[in-house]
Amino acid sequence: MSLYHYASPATFYPLAGRLVPWFAALAVVFAAVGLYLSFFVAPTDFQQGEGYRIIFIHVPAAWMSMFIYIVMAFWSAIGLAWNTRLSFVMARALAPTGAMFTFLALWTGALWGKPMWGAWWVWDARLTSELILLFLYVGYMALQAAIDDPRRADRAGALLNLVGVINVPIIYFSVKWWNTLHQGASVSLTRAPSMAQVMLWGMLVMALAAWMYTIAVALARARTLILERERQTEWARAVLKEQA
Amino acid sequence: MLRFLIAVIRRDILLAARRRGDWLTAQFFFVMVTSLFPLGIGPEPAMLRTIGPGVVWVAALLACLLSLGRLYADDHRDGSLEQLLLAPYSNALLALGKAIAHWIINGIPLLLIAPVLGIQFGLPADALVVLVLSLAIGTPVLSLLGGIGAALTLGLRGGGVLITLLILPLYVPVLIFGAGAVDGTLSGTGAEAHLSLLGAVLVMALLVAPWISALALRVSVE
Amino acid sequence: MNAFPVLSAEGLACERSEHTLFHGLGFELDGGEALLVRGGNGRGKTSLLRILCGLSQPAAGAVHWRGEPLARVHEQYGREMAYVGHVNGIKDDLTPLENLRLAADLGGRTLDEDAAVAALEQLGLGRCLDLPARVLSFGQRRRVALAGLVTAGALLWILDEPLTGLDVHGVALVEGLIRDHVLAGGMVIMTTHQPLSLDGLTPKSVSVGE
Repeated sequence: MSLYHYASPATFYPLAGRLVPWFAALAVVFAAVGLYLSFFVAPTDFQQGEGYRIIFIHVPAAWMSMFIYIVMAFWSAIGLAWNTRLSFVMARALAPTGAMFTFLALWTGALWGKPMWGAWWVWDARLTSELILLFLYVGYMALQAAIDDPRRADRAGALLNLVGVINVPIIYFSVKWWNTLHQGASVSLTRAPSMAQVMLWGMLVMALAAWMYTIAVALARARTLILERERQTEWARAVLKEQA
Repeated sequence: MLRFLIAVIRRDILLAARRRGDWLTAQFFFVMVTSLFPLGIGPEPAMLRTIGPGVVWVAALLACLLSLGRLYADDHRDGSLEQLLLAPYSNALLALGKAIAHWIINGIPLLLIAPVLGIQFGLPADALVVLVLSLAIGTPVLSLLGGIGAALTLGLRGGGVLITLLILPLYVPVLIFGAGAVDGTLSGTGAEAHLSLLGAVLVMALLVAPWISALALRVSVE
Repeated sequence: MNAFPVLSAEGLACERSEHTLFHGLGFELDGGEALLVRGGNGRGKTSLLRILCGLSQPAAGAVHWRGEPLARVHEQYGREMAYVGHVNGIKDDLTPLENLRLAADLGGRTLDEDAAVAALEQLGLGRCLDLPARVLSFGQRRRVALAGLVTAGALLWILDEPLTGLDVHGVALVEGLIRDHVLAGGMVIMTTHQPLSLDGLTPKSVSVGE
């Protein structure tokens, strides 16, 4: 009963509305602490100088890009199995944030790669997989955008999402295999000099900030999607009237 | 069950035989795209031999996508897809039959043309054999995965471009293992590992793709 | 013999882009009965027929065939039900006879060629047997699809506007087919905007979206 109660759009909408500011505030706090740790507390790296500090953005962004895709697949699977509309909305609301973090990871990776490898882009296994992950996000959003009927858009997107999530490990493995055959032992992120404790903390706090931000943005986006879809219903009309 | 599978395959082959123009388009596309690469890159034999396997494989992916757009679209337009879905057999069997038919119609010709294109790129005989072998294992995967994309984009505006966006990322492992097998032969490291991985991908695609395609078809015709 | 009707629907609801077309719709249908679905344009007649076929899922409610939910009897229902939608499901590149043969193959039946030719001739297609459907007129292609009903040997026919595009003679032929089928113990569910005369047969009726 209780779960179904919260899964009903009319209950979820105001609840999400109350939660968004809290998560947003937490995101700001964690980001402030994380940035302080990473820029003022963490020591200068003796090999890489100050440039390495971009990993405090890069690594959490890369983590988020993968987590979000898996969380989306989780919501998609639930939606397909139990036909809960709210789960599809959550999957859909997460996608742009996932794509944003993927892009951020690629971009910061390039910024980091220039001083480290002397090139903006190298066909490193992780970077290449990340690029393909970006393609998967783009495909998902393009499919959703092309379908007018929300019911079909939800289900089609969920199926694509599930196929994608089955494929992600295969893609990662194949790219890694391809990379080792073609480049031999190249520079890799894992060979970064042993990490000081405080650097790890900085990254973890930044990752928490990214989580809080993701939850806040996804909830806000889900609210908009719900209102758009439920605009025929009485409660949605009441909300819209109030806002106007 | 087998009877239905064969009926679906025979149906698509019969229809393709009545529409030979459509069918030839994808094959000529394959030949032309591959032939453009030497023109763009230059005729040095060593360079061509290096890029040859990759170029043939990428062109095969694109040619496959070109024909996939029509896999369900024609049947959707004239209403026969609904009749197929209502047939007294599992929809996954239908999706499997359609994918097999697509492979027979569009995949097998690629296998036959590929050695000729390989010769254009100066590939030695043993590499040509591996090229055909890798295409023989890899192109069914393209048809199976592509069927999912075709089912998802059924009847959408710009479905042809959209299917490319959805499916190409999923083709990455096939491309890597397929072109890698030929590369392995050229560099002397052997092709067995690549080919067995490609085989594993094929088995997975056979087990999973028809079910997902069937679900996608139901979603799209609703 | 059977406690439940052959086909029953209860509490069916249908939504299109968050807009409810109909809800709480139900009926029962037994052998030897016909059902006429009434309602204006865009009221959900086609949507109802597609739900009854099993092509779409209702937003609420369920359809039962011989007491079992449709999803559980997909294969049996596929053998006992024949559907002609508003597109014919005819391949343009094949002749009428080839189309019927194909339908039989896919349905797991062996086509009785003589009966198929007779059905096509009965529907006035005797002169078009060797022509690809592409060159036939709209009404003629409709007739090919309806001839498929006769050869399919299904118990339940679900027909979406079967009379559209037919001339007066064709309408009378199809009305005859429907009446014969129902009198022989078959079942028909159909929509039409034209007056339907079934000679002494009164179909049940159900209205959508009033």
